[in-house]
Amino acid sequence: MSAGSAGATALQLLFAGVGNGAIYALIALGFNVIFKSTGALNFAQGEWVMLGGMIAAAAIASHAAIWAGCLVAVVTVAAVGLLSERLIVAPLKRPTPMLITLLSIGLAISTKSVVMLVLGKDPAGYPGFSGDAVLNVFGARIPAQTLWIIGITLAFIVIAHVFFERTILGKSLRAVAADRDAASLVGINVQHSVMWSFVIGALAGGVAGAIITPQTFTSYDQGGLIGFKGFSAAMLGGIGSLYGALVGGLVLGLLETFAAGYVSSHFKDAVAFIVLLIILFALPSGLLGRSEAERV
Amino acid sequence: MSESATLLDVRGLACRFGGLQAIADLDFGVREGEIKAIIGPNGAGKTTLFNMISGVIAPSAGQILLSGESIDRLPSFQRAGLGLSRTFQNLQIFKDMTVLENVMVGRHARSHCGTLQAVLRTSRSVSEEREIRDRSIELLARLGLSERADEPASSLSFGESKLLEIARALAASPRLLLLDEPAAGVSHNAALRVGELIRELNREGLTVLLVEHNMGLVMDISHSVLVLDHGRKIAEGPPVAVRNDPAVLAAYLGEDDDA
Amino acid sequence: MGKPSDAIDPISGPVNTAARDERRRALMGGRSLLLLIWLALLPVPLLGFNDYVVSLGTSFLINLILIASLNVLIGYCGQISLGHAGFYGLGAYSAGILSAKLGLNPWLGLPVACLVSASAAVVIGIPALRIKGHYLAMATLGFNAILAVLFDQLVPWTGGPNGLLGVKPLAFGSFALSSQARIFPLVWLCSGLVMLTLLNLIQSRVGRAIRAIATSEIAAGALGIDAFRYKLIVFVLTAAMAGLAGSLYVESNLYASPESFGFSSSILLVAMVALGGWGRYSGAFLGALIYTGAPQLLLTFQDAQLLIFGAGMIAVLLFFPGGLAGAGDSIARLRQRYWS
Repeated sequence: MSAGSAGATALQLLFAGVGNGAIYALIALGFNVIFKSTGALNFAQGEWVMLGGMIAAAAIASHAAIWAGCLVAVVTVAAVGLLSERLIVAPLKRPTPMLITLLSIGLAISTKSVVMLVLGKDPAGYPGFSGDAVLNVFGARIPAQTLWIIGITLAFIVIAHVFFERTILGKSLRAVAADRDAASLVGINVQHSVMWSFVIGALAGGVAGAIITPQTFTSYDQGGLIGFKGFSAAMLGGIGSLYGALVGGLVLGLLETFAAGYVSSHFKDAVAFIVLLIILFALPSGLLGRSEAERV
Repeated sequence: MSESATLLDVRGLACRFGGLQAIADLDFGVREGEIKAIIGPNGAGKTTLFNMISGVIAPSAGQILLSGESIDRLPSFQRAGLGLSRTFQNLQIFKDMTVLENVMVGRHARSHCGTLQAVLRTSRSVSEEREIRDRSIELLARLGLSERADEPASSLSFGESKLLEIARALAASPRLLLLDEPAAGVSHNAALRVGELIRELNREGLTVLLVEHNMGLVMDISHSVLVLDHGRKIAEGPPVAVRNDPAVLAAYLGEDDDA
Repeated sequence: MGKPSDAIDPISGPVNTAARDERRRALMGGRSLLLLIWLALLPVPLLGFNDYVVSLGTSFLINLILIASLNVLIGYCGQISLGHAGFYGLGAYSAGILSAKLGLNPWLGLPVACLVSASAAVVIGIPALRIKGHYLAMATLGFNAILAVLFDQLVPWTGGPNGLLGVKPLAFGSFALSSQARIFPLVWLCSGLVMLTLLNLIQSRVGRAIRAIATSEIAAGALGIDAFRYKLIVFVLTAAMAGLAGSLYVESNLYASPESFGFSSSILLVAMVALGGWGRYSGAFLGALIYTGAPQLLLTFQDAQLLIFGAGMIAVLLFFPGGLAGAGDSIARLRQRYWS
């Protein structure tokens, strides 16, 4: 690779794009898991990301180690996801996608306001896992945290893969996602599967929030936008497709970063929206997904 | 029987879901004025066939012709306008509307007033609304549901809901009615009444294609029977002939025969 | 109620006349009631209330337009839009810019606002509504987010975060509608027309088609209903109404700022629809009451307001499926289950 500054810039943008893409992939994964089990769009997903960052920041501000603070945050957010499902989704008599989507909107509003009331309106952050270290690779300046983000996301994806392919719980989740009635006929507890999908979704969101906050800082109102971008990534890869989340996230992250780098930084947030419109218009099933016909 | 025109023509129809061939190389026709039944063991592809004819699923090969016109590329909502109506195996009544409103929706394909006229309440839209309402009330009366007209459709029993779906399908004055298991899950008497209703409608000129498991009903009312097994036609003809066909008996071996 | 006619009559048999007439009378009731309510509202500015109270009335009616139109989209058509405040803002800024920056007659602002919002809805709606699923929710969220950025950044046109100034008031010759009492009748008229339009729509063939789509698009298709077309019509119509509300807002305040038009506001509007009772015509009145009144009542608890709305929305969706408007039914049902 040439060591010229153009090459260095490109490399820098590449890593930044992959880093952001990893975050979007995690959020998209959360969306997809819940979509697969309920058919609903989870509007609280972005708030869970924000929650992860805010709780970690609060813990670390109370003198916890950075690792410990992030762990606490992730566990707490997963618990919030679990509680949300038990209290709000499980009691429903007619759990239609529309109703669950609306409820997730209420949940998003509530989560955001609780954070605002308890943790305040100020932005919060903390140093990365390797402090503020920056690596120099062929002239490109790459923050160590970016590498942490990529590494942790990869680990998460691998664990998710093993979970869904090898464990009984994971396989039963896939069965429920494929055909609820058939799954319950072979004895799988469908309601529990929905619960686990919420836990996994919240887990993915919490991890994403905890690892991105050192780079972006977070505050109570950041959930909406990042949730939206994660959803765009999910649609890009194919809603419901777990590997689509990875592909969609990476592509979106790269597109965004290169657009910001080479065109204009004002453009950055618009990229996700334009991508979504294009996908809806031209390729609704996404890059990896298959359109699902409603069976009657 | 006199030679009547073929109303529905299915040629070389096939349907594939991923690795599963649900329907393969299917050819048959439904003559105008006849009652044709489609039977076959579970999983034979009967509802898939209905879904293709009504436009819910696209076939992977073959053609579907209604009065000689190809309809298999048309979206579902356009087929209703051509005289095709159907009921659903998993009832799709509109639970949040009243019984009467359900039937009124059925008349959509035969009414025209659009958004602007609705909003302005033109005299045309008001009189059309009256016509839709009157016709729907008549249909409810015919199906014995008059007393429930203003109640929410969710309050109907299973048997009543099936009748409601039929009333709704009839509201558009169809030429061809597809009935997906009209007698499934209802009492013996109710099944008899459904059969009687189908015969009456047929005498008035309605062509009926039905999927049924109730052999008594099928033998009683059909002019012609088509047998599917694993997505293929294994027999077709008058009920008595099909009933004695060894291939049909073999396909049903191990299945409960409730004739 | 009359007796049902015999079941085995041919299609053109005797018809249940008595019940039919009664139903027709019930149909008329909706419109008469609406007229009565509207007439009762008209004298509000004349009753000597101070400007503040009248402005509350104006806000209520504008919010009613927003919430009633969104209610038809969500509750009757089953499509969730998280961009309603965006269309509201588009309308407000289009109308405001027309008089403040382009120096045109402010009356033009009203139709232009509707047109701009409607056009934007067409652009978003066509890709987002073609496929089954709740993609409209996300597409409109993103759309609103982009709009908010535009309202904020296009300073020469919108005034940026400090807001749009210099909006000219509507006027009949030299009689300017520059006070709350003077603009109230116009807002009263427009909101009345919107409510009448929505009522007529719901009670028509198109209204039934829309409700059918919300329950089962497949069954609706089998009955000849083009789901995409109707969803788009409702989306565009309600967006135009939000645009109208925006133009009324900017003309009654002579000011607009980006804060009121972000996706947080859109989300709140959805909460109001759910709280009031989605799919119920009267629900919009309750939702608008809450939306207008709550900030006044909760003055000391401003920050908690959001939490109350969010938790309230969840509680209502879980326990009162008909919203607060349907509370009577829900309570009756609960009583029936536990007391009989």
